[in-house]
Amino acid sequence: MTAAGFADTLVSALIVIGAGFALVGSWGLVRLPSLMERLHGPTKASTLGLGAILVASVLWFHLARGVWTTHELLVSVFLFMTAPISANMVAKVHLHRLRQREPSERPGPAGAPAAPPSGADWATHEAPHEGTPGDFVGD
Amino acid sequence: MTARLFPHPGLTVLLVTMWVVMVGEVSFGALFLGLVVGIVVPIFTAPWWPGRPPVRFLPAAAYCGIVLWDIVVANFHVAAIILFKPTRDLRPAWLTIPLELTTPEAITVFAGTISLTPGTVSADVSACGNYLLVHALHAPDPAGEVAKVKARYEARLKEIFA
Repeated sequence: MTAAGFADTLVSALIVIGAGFALVGSWGLVRLPSLMERLHGPTKASTLGLGAILVASVLWFHLARGVWTTHELLVSVFLFMTAPISANMVAKVHLHRLRQREPSERPGPAGAPAAPPSGADWATHEAPHEGTPGDFVGD
Repeated sequence: MTARLFPHPGLTVLLVTMWVVMVGEVSFGALFLGLVVGIVVPIFTAPWWPGRPPVRFLPAAAYCGIVLWDIVVANFHVAAIILFKPTRDLRPAWLTIPLELTTPEAITVFAGTISLTPGTVSADVSACGNYLLVHALHAPDPAGEVAKVKARYEARLKEIFA
């Protein structure tokens, strides 16, 4: 196999692997039973699926154009910073709507979450106590 | 003087690095503009960093490596669950993780790590700041899962933000 042929094969393989993980994540979105389970698909598939595609992009630019690109690194950093936050927001809205007993909001197989053992409620339902992270009253 | 110009040296280094990576080349112009951003942004955002915890960089780098590895391994794990595990065999569960971390920064990194490593998504923190609410996709043994996450990530974060 020629060097160019090898490079093309490697890049194609990475793209197919990445697309495969993205597909599995989307399939999870369809088949998992309720919102909280479905949330696992997109937050995860995006990590490895996109990771493989970004590595393919770096390799292609290096092997075909002879340059090292660094933008892919930034894309993955921003993705890793934003994916957990959007997932967290969706989960918080879900908790809030469950508590409000919105008719369209149904708990999943795990039921509604129990209150924390300390007697305080979850932060979605109760303002942060004094002296805890997020309490800016004293600042 | 140095402290007034660089109220947050770590952030300055990060911003300059980010800028150079974004431009895509190490040149005088890129470094200069990056340095301008790296000096101006920390000065104007200083009011939003009241008590900043010290960070140990070597353990932090090791932690990033461990998390990246776990993301790869556990992605296969979740893909297998999605593809091959029938819904009736799935055991989703809410996990309540008691926190030993106390600073907002450490808790944020912990919650983010939990969301990025497949199988778990962090949903909420308690109003008293002592518990983290986490949803697990498949956790037949919730207590074991809590212990695993605490041992693997929280123990290391306690060292980083010590």
